[in-house]
This record gives sequence, C-alpha cells and structure tokens, in this order.
Amino acid sequence: MSGYPHRHLLGIESLQPSEIVTILDTAEGLREILDRPLKKVPALRGKTVVNLFYESSTRTRASFEVAEKVLSADSLSIAAAASSVQKGETLLDTAKNLEAMNPDMIVLRHSAAGAAHFLARHCRAAIVNAGDGAHEHPTQALLDALTLRQRKGRLQGLRVAIVGDLLHSRVARSNIWLLSKMGAKVVLCAPPTLVPPGIDALAPVTHRIDEAVEGADAVMMLRIQRERMTGAYYPSDREYHLRFGLTEARVKKAKKDVLILHPGPMNRGVEIASEVADGPYSVILDQVTNGVAVRMAVLLLLLGGSGGPGDAEHPPAQRASAGSTPARAKDS
Amino acid sequence: MSLLILLKGGRLVDPAQRIDARRDVLLEDGRVAAVGAKLSRRGAQVIDADGLVVCPGFIDLHVHLREPGREDKETIATGTRAAAAGGFTAVCAMPNTSPVNDNSGITRFILDKARSGGAVRVYPIGAITRGSRGEELAEYGDLKDSGCVAVSDDGRPVASARVMRRALEYARAFDLPVVDHCEEPALFERAAMNEGPVATLLGLRGAPAAAESIVVERDIQLAELTAGRLHVAHLSTAAAADAVRRGKARGVRVTAEVTPHHLLLTDQAVKDSDYDASTKMNPPLRSEADRRAVVEALRDGTIDAIATDHAPHTVDDKKVEYEEAAFGVVGLETAVGLCLDRLVGPGLLTLPHLVALLSIRPARAFGLPGGTLAPGSPADVTVLDLDRTRKVEPARFQSKGRNTPFGGWTLKGAAVMTIVAGQVVWQERR
Repeated sequence: MSGYPHRHLLGIESLQPSEIVTILDTAEGLREILDRPLKKVPALRGKTVVNLFYESSTRTRASFEVAEKVLSADSLSIAAAASSVQKGETLLDTAKNLEAMNPDMIVLRHSAAGAAHFLARHCRAAIVNAGDGAHEHPTQALLDALTLRQRKGRLQGLRVAIVGDLLHSRVARSNIWLLSKMGAKVVLCAPPTLVPPGIDALAPVTHRIDEAVEGADAVMMLRIQRERMTGAYYPSDREYHLRFGLTEARVKKAKKDVLILHPGPMNRGVEIASEVADGPYSVILDQVTNGVAVRMAVLLLLLGGSGGPGDAEHPPAQRASAGSTPARAKDS
Repeated sequence: MSLLILLKGGRLVDPAQRIDARRDVLLEDGRVAAVGAKLSRRGAQVIDADGLVVCPGFIDLHVHLREPGREDKETIATGTRAAAAGGFTAVCAMPNTSPVNDNSGITRFILDKARSGGAVRVYPIGAITRGSRGEELAEYGDLKDSGCVAVSDDGRPVASARVMRRALEYARAFDLPVVDHCEEPALFERAAMNEGPVATLLGLRGAPAAAESIVVERDIQLAELTAGRLHVAHLSTAAAADAVRRGKARGVRVTAEVTPHHLLLTDQAVKDSDYDASTKMNPPLRSEADRRAVVEALRDGTIDAIATDHAPHTVDDKKVEYEEAAFGVVGLETAVGLCLDRLVGPGLLTLPHLVALLSIRPARAFGLPGGTLAPGSPADVTVLDLDRTRKVEPARFQSKGRNTPFGGWTLKGAAVMTIVAGQVVWQERR
C-alpha cells in the first residue's frame, strides 16, 4: 500500500493524482465486500478508530462507522453534543484525552476550517478530515469521483458543473481540487454573493445556470447552507430556485446521460427540484454506497492494516457488484 | 548607578539633527549633555560604542501591556522588559485593559506600576469612549492631566461617524491625537483573516481590505471637517495608504503607523503555516499587493511610524482552532531585528529613515518628549549592532507572550543596549 504515502488525509489539495487513483482503485476493490452476505473482513482487527463529530452529520458519520465495522476496526463515535465539549473543554484537550486511549486514527468533523490540521499538529494518531468548516471534505470528493468514474468510465475530460453555495462549501473545494487534478473540466455556478473571491483561479465561474449545465456530463448540486449564513446572500428561496435551481428543463440542456450528484442533505425546491433529485439521472444514493467503500479505502491505506481485501478470510465473491452500478475494471 | 555616561566612538544616527556620523554622546542626570566628535568627561562611565550605531531611544506607539486585568498575558513589568530587550525606550499602552483605561484612576494605576516596576517609559493611551463602547466620550481633560498622550478604542473600531466626529472635535481642546482602529464592523464580521484567494482555499471567513480603507477615508474626512488630529493605527492596505497620502497632501492632520508583520508577511503565511494561530491578528495579514503598497508608503513618507501592536496572549488563547484563536502577535522583541534585516538590509529603507520611523516621527505624531539626542533631550538611547545575527527564539522572550509568526527566523542586526533616562536598562552580552 505504498500508493498513499501520507500519514493523514486532511484535504485533496495536497494529493497527487496518482494518490487519488490509488484511493479510488482501493475503494473499487473493497466495494464488493459490501455485497457479501457476511460483510466483514479482519483487515483492521485490533485497530482503534475514534469518530469525533463536532457537527451533526448523518451520512458521513454512519458511512465511517459502517466502513470501520466492515474492516473489523474497534471504533467509537463521539458526538460533540454528548461529550464534555459542552462543559467547555477545548478541542485539543478532548483530543489529548482520547489519545490517552491510544487510538490509531481520529476521524474529525468540525465547524472550524483547519481543525483537522490542528489535530494533526498536536496528536500522534492518523487524522482523517471528515469536513472542516468551509475548507475541505476529502472523502466526499473521493466518493463523488468514484461514482463518476464508475458511471462514465473516466474522469479525464468530463465536463462537470458545480452549482450552488460555493462560498460555504467544503464539498465544492474538495471536488474542484480533485476533478481538476484528474483532468476534468469544471464549471462553477452561483449567484455572485455565494462565489468566494479568487475561486475563478481554479475553475471558470458563471452566474447563469443554463450556461453551466449546457453539455455537462455531470452536475454537482451544493446545498444552500442557511446555518452558516448571516444576512441576505440572495433575496428569497423562490428567486434562488427560479434563477439557480436545477429543474428538469435545465437538466435537458446537459448531455443525455448526465449524472446529478448532491452531497446531501437536500433542500428540495430550492437548489434542486424533487423531480430531478428523484429522477433517473440521479446517482445520489449510489454516492452513499460509494461513500462506505471510499472510507474503507482510506482507513485501510492510512492504517496499513494487515493488507488489502485479499487478506480477508473470505475471498472476494465471484460476482459483479450489485445494483444499478456497473462494475468497472480497475485502473491497471 | 552612574548618572554620567559617555557613549564613545559610535556612529550616531539622529535624523532630527540630521546627523549620521561618528560622534560621542554624553548623558548626564537623565538628559543629553553634549554631542561631539571627541568628548571626554571625568567620572563618566565610558561605554565603548565603536562599531555600533547610537540612536535616539525607539518609541513604540502601539503596545498592549494587558495590565490591569490580564496579567496572565502580560504585565507592565514583563511588557516593558520586553520593550527594553527589543530596543524600545518608550511604549504607548493601549487602553483595552480590564477595566478599560477610560478614567484617570486607571491611568494613574498604569503610571504607578510603570514607575515602580517598569523598565522603560510608559505613555498611557486613554479610551475614546467610556468602556470603549463607542457611545459616550471619555473624560479627555482628566485623561490628559493624569498622563494620557492620546485616545483610542483600539481593538474596537469607532463604529459611529457621529461619535468619531465628536471625538476628533473635542480632543482638539487638549491637543490629543485620536487613534482609530479603522475597521467597518459590518464588513469584518466574524472574519479570521484577509478576504481573498488564500482565505477561499482555506475555507476561512475573510474581511476585505475595504473594511479598513472605508473607515480610513471616513476618518480623514472627519479630521478635515473638525481640524482634529487623527492617527491611523496599524495601517495594512493599499487603499488606506493612498487615503492617508491624499489626506496629507491636502493638509489634513493625519499620521499613520504600520507594523513589521504587515510589512513583511502576507495572508499566504496562514496557509504556509497550516492554520497556525500565530499568523492571526487584526487587521489581518493582507495580500502581496497590499504589502508592497504599505512598504511603498513607508518609503515615500506617507507612514510616520513603525509600531508593533505588541499583543501578548497565553498559549491557551492561541492553541485552539484558527477561527477561535485570539487576534494578535507579540512584536517588541522582534521589530528592530526584522526592520534591520528585511527593510534596511535589502535597501528598502536607509538606516536613518528607519531610525526616524522608530524615534522622531512617532515622537512628533503623539507629541512625546525624545526622539532625538539633541542636547537637553531625555537621555533615552538605543544602541544597535548591525552585524549581530540572532535567531528569533520565542521561548527566550522577556514578554509572557510567545505568539509570533517569526519564530526561527535568523535576523542580522539587533538592538544591543537600551538606555532610559541615562540608565542602562538592557544590555546584550557581546
């Protein structure tokens, strides 16, 4: 497992394309475990992982927990609301106390950008960033990429529109990094008030969603993050939906086989119309399954474990991955 | 302790007297007694300054000594010792203590502490408004009489143009400069750094440069309206520098200071340090274009002083998530070395110009004694060794604060002796 030479996963920005490919390939290989009747391999037996979540999260946390269980790691999840955080303990003190229990990894979700870097500087455990403020959410970008690669067979040359609240979105930042590094053509779209300054250095920005969606292979919709907003960034949900929402009419401007992604949770009727969210081009639920596979890959690559899925007690089943997702040959 | 000191053989740089030459300086009873080519005086303690630069004592217009109230961060004793170690003979103490220095009782407390345990001169700055709440004016008459040299609500901008106008107007009665932390709060809200591409990549909330320059423009127009004295604290943006330049050109009574960190670092430092909170201060580190413009404003005379905005914090205040960390960095013990190494070294400033920015020009901005070694002046002297190379080691600071972005930097040029009122208060082993 030398394809991923880092101790932590803090963001996509610092990764090489080959390292991204390693993670995706590993995830692809591990995905099949999830379709077995007995979904458990002993790869990380004896390893301890702490999921430290300072922000509410349903799918990311569940996804990490499932990945840890499938790989037989011992894990515990701490939600900030249920811990000593409310008693005023600092992030560092909490982390140090957890570290006294010698975990091999801490998965951190935190509302402050840079929180994962902060822990990486002060802790011995491997740190996985499960979302830090508006900075990065690397495993989300990886699972999005895995989904795209499965469906399109490649990332290189794909035209991907990222539409919505770019200002507050860590998912957008991680995806922009990942897709550009892998040679996709990214177009960004948001009202000017939700475009962070300087982002156009990474990808072109348009304020017309029709332009962004035109000819797209995939559209990634971003959630309007009302909880992070102070003051009015746009006049009303109504106007937002009319001008910047993804409707069926707009989807028609994209390629016929366009894929619609959303990191969830969705504001139906605001950034995305329900018909689109539930439509045939939506891979939103595929993303969830791939999320587990990507997190298994990250756990395995960072913790080394006793090896890959080949070391599993039960050899991989001789059948293709189930469901609507066609299996894709691993990159050689 | 001898009250008679003869500094022999040094290079005297005293911009106020237009001297940059080998001169001896005789200090007697706390005053400069004589300056001459070959002085001698029986009974004088002779200090061999051969190979060293003798300057009027450096004055820092902007420090936070934290006492009263946050003695865990700094005290008047430790802060002034840091000043002495850094080559400063006088510091102006900002009023954002707890309680705020908005009345003569606090001012006198600070001066008492400075007299009994301070290593250098302390000039208190009083508050612009009571409690620095930005509403009612503090009692400037009392503040002036008890020893304040300026008024400021530093750390908090004066949000109301009406209050700022009254402050500039009323302070004229006492000839006090009004020092504003220029920042439009509605544009700054919850920012952790400068707004721009770096903040975007880091996912941190940024404050635009305009948050500063809008208020600088406003204040300059108010100073023009009222004929008041305005001093712009820690100027950090190209637009603000330009506003000051234009204001001065049309005769507005405005002065400005800049910090070493805004002269030398940009917001890229936040990224390069992986969110290290020692890069977090307010105003934040700006873009490279802003940094260059501020250096240029220093070179062309728009900016009057280099001030540190020395802001000591405890480790606990800084060792948290970047967004949660306290604003501010220490500066007293790094400023002179940084300016010598990074501004004079590469030829951006001449040595006499740097000395002026640290002595006579800040003295004039606030109407302070000193700033020159002309006979009769206070015997406050800073001695520099331009060849001394020193590594910045925060663990060895005299200040209680260790929060500097310059730890580990190697700097050529240092203050090696500090004399206040004719007494050596700091001396570096050679």
